[in-house]
Amino acid sequence: MDNVLSRAGMYYVLLILSVLAIAVAADQVFAIQMTIVAIAICIALWFNLRGADYSAIAHGILKMPADETVYDDDPIRWGVIATMFWGLAGLLAGLFIALQLAYPVLNIEPYLNFGRVRPLHTSAVIFAFGGNALIATSFYVVQRTCRARLAFPGLARFVFWGYQLFIVLAASGYLLGATQGKEYAEPEWYTDWWLTVVWVSYLLVFVATIVKRKEPHIYVANWFYLAFILTVAMLHVVNNLDMPYSIVGSTSYPLFAGVQGALVQWWYGHNAVGFFLTAGFLAMMYYFVPKQAERPVYSYRLSIIHFWSLIFLYIWAGPHHLHYTALPDWAQTLGMVFSIILWMPSWGGMINGLMTLNGAWDKVRTDPIIRMMVMALAFYGMSTFEGPMLSIKAVNSLSHYTDWTIGHVHSGALGWNGMITFACVYFLVPRLWGKDRLFSLRMVNWHFWLATIGIVFYAASMWVAGVTQGLMWREYGLDGYLVNSFVDTVSAIHPMYVMRAFGGGLYLAGAVIMAYNIWATIAGKVREEAPMSQPDFNPAADRPAIPAAAN
Amino acid sequence: MNDHSIYETLRQLADSWGLLAMLIMFLVLTFWPFRPGAKERNHRAATAIFEDQSDGE
Amino acid sequence: MTKPVSKTPDAAEQSAGLPPAKGHKRLERNVTLLAAAAFVTVAIGGIVEIAPLFWIDNTIEKVDGMRPYTPLEQAGRDIFVREGCYTCHSQMIRPFRDEVERYGHYSLAAESMYDHPFQWGSKRTGPDLARVGGRYSDEWHVQHLQDPQSVVPESIMPSYAFLSETPIKFENPSARLGALRMVGVPYSDADIEAAAQDMIAQASPQLDAGDMEERYPKTQIRDFDGNPDQVTEMDALVAYLQMLGTLVDVNSAVAQEELATEKGR
Repeated sequence: MDNVLSRAGMYYVLLILSVLAIAVAADQVFAIQMTIVAIAICIALWFNLRGADYSAIAHGILKMPADETVYDDDPIRWGVIATMFWGLAGLLAGLFIALQLAYPVLNIEPYLNFGRVRPLHTSAVIFAFGGNALIATSFYVVQRTCRARLAFPGLARFVFWGYQLFIVLAASGYLLGATQGKEYAEPEWYTDWWLTVVWVSYLLVFVATIVKRKEPHIYVANWFYLAFILTVAMLHVVNNLDMPYSIVGSTSYPLFAGVQGALVQWWYGHNAVGFFLTAGFLAMMYYFVPKQAERPVYSYRLSIIHFWSLIFLYIWAGPHHLHYTALPDWAQTLGMVFSIILWMPSWGGMINGLMTLNGAWDKVRTDPIIRMMVMALAFYGMSTFEGPMLSIKAVNSLSHYTDWTIGHVHSGALGWNGMITFACVYFLVPRLWGKDRLFSLRMVNWHFWLATIGIVFYAASMWVAGVTQGLMWREYGLDGYLVNSFVDTVSAIHPMYVMRAFGGGLYLAGAVIMAYNIWATIAGKVREEAPMSQPDFNPAADRPAIPAAAN
Repeated sequence: MNDHSIYETLRQLADSWGLLAMLIMFLVLTFWPFRPGAKERNHRAATAIFEDQSDGE
Repeated sequence: MTKPVSKTPDAAEQSAGLPPAKGHKRLERNVTLLAAAAFVTVAIGGIVEIAPLFWIDNTIEKVDGMRPYTPLEQAGRDIFVREGCYTCHSQMIRPFRDEVERYGHYSLAAESMYDHPFQWGSKRTGPDLARVGGRYSDEWHVQHLQDPQSVVPESIMPSYAFLSETPIKFENPSARLGALRMVGVPYSDADIEAAAQDMIAQASPQLDAGDMEERYPKTQIRDFDGNPDQVTEMDALVAYLQMLGTLVDVNSAVAQEELATEKGR
């Protein structure tokens, strides 16, 4: 593989294949998507050939550092930058569609209509922002906890770049109209196959690194990462079994239909939350919270129970997305019961994270990164309480189909996933780029408050909007007729939609500040600023008491 | 055995022995990490991430 | 900067003075075992919940009237999916008094048995569409899709005027129906062979539809978009919307009897 010629040859063959696919494409969308693939191959080819005559320029993109005494951190540095980039893109898309719901004139048909941009937003924040954060932090954590460099460094680089191609294919596909029409599983069949290849490579790199570890014990964060990678592979493959109408066409039909299709989809959808957005991010918590707090996790035994109970219980909870639908009743009840039980391991994990700060609670005041982690755990606790509550059938009959669900999802996504990721990035950047500290801790503080207030606006407005909708839909007058037409409920929640967009705007503003802070840190700047905490010190008073007579 | 009785059988199992088996398994698994012998190992595992303070840039 | 500690796991273990691992500790030191145990743990829930749906009799009650979509309806459905309509419109009426009064009889499992993918949705930014068929005129739908606010001023729906300008691009209808047959939709050889003609004929009343109405009972054959010269994406989408929920006569005596015995509600 190190032979530049053979690598270039491989890329060349792939390039020809993709150009052929463009030529014989059965529809325009497939042709455009294959063009993107071809461009990606050209870029890879270019870097390869450059590497042949001047390896220093391509350093890192193709090769791992020759110095065996340091960890292999290049893919992690790119991952951190990609996390920031996709995070901004995803939040911006979110703000855009939030404004579209308040002001429909912002829809630009056909490519920027709500229905096409909404999957772009969800995929960008979950898979692009969250996914890059997970891949980057898992590569960082697995090396440190195993005291070993990444296994298969070439494959690790493929995982990073391959994942970026997956994101670009998925996102451009949505805007062009290539979608499977299943929430959070929208990418079309060829994009799914590509992700499968990337994901198996990811599993290989991760497991092989654990195998070559120099530390007998596998730290608990790695269990969570492992469960996340394995389960997402299972969910992705099963939920994306489908039949394209043409091997060079961009539309496919899922194997499962109707009731079965719905349950398989929500088994996938709920566990995308459970394993992508929970297990993977809990892995981040179990490493970075103790590291930043400089004390071991509160209870390692609790973490063991947390792990097994969480991964066992989460899988069952999917049917709570299908309450009162045509799904058989027993499946709905099972989903509800397990969702309620799930509250326990969720809070066990939250308590384990929070109690890690036992004896160091003052850091919440002095260290904005710790404060972000604590707020992330607090939001994790809140949304894992709200989730089981919403899964109770009586509550769900009101909340389902309303914005309450949207508010719930965002208190988890913005509060838990966003905050813990930001904290980890703030932790990682000075270490990865060899800086003494961040450009500015005060800007982290600003980010913290903008994000927190943004979430409060978001969650509160969506909660009010959801309950309003739910109640208005079922409101009967004294005459025994429904009081509200559907569109009455749409106008009623308009102010809430405006407020939600405002909250989202605040959150995005915080992320912009972060991006600047990270960029400046990497550039080696250090902001002159007063430290976050400064214990009183008055040199004049720092003297022994002298009797007045001595004067 | 027709489809309907399969459903009834599974239903019976889930409400009786299946439930009991899961409960017992749950209790065993929950208390397993808390057995006294595991204390030392758990402490070592929890603090292992601090043994090498320099993260090796 | 430090060297990664160069000890083998065994050596590290011995120097730490630890006895050989047993029980869960063994799991914590063997990644293969850990992965296998985790995988079994996560597989259980899915298997117990999903597998029975494929062979337990109370998943889908058989209902008269269900048939696969006509090529034009399926093309409209593909447009519905492509435009992400499911992000705002559900197709699943729950058995509550207000929903039944607002949208019609609650949805039956059988009514989405040929839906690849299902489009039950999860959010009602707009109203449910499971039984929207026949509730509004074709002209209303076309006008509403072209400029929603001209019909419903408070609406926040995006406009889809481009559908009227876009000739139907349902590439290779036969191949699409063939793909659907591969995943279980019972299209006959005749259906697949005639897919292209059927698609045009359904939106062109001036043409001979052949035996289409026998193969697809309750097919609505007419010019849906008010432009008889061309079969557009608007024709397809409106044809799809106008047939939603119309196949099963939920008020017929037979259907009522079946509903009464439907379990799980």
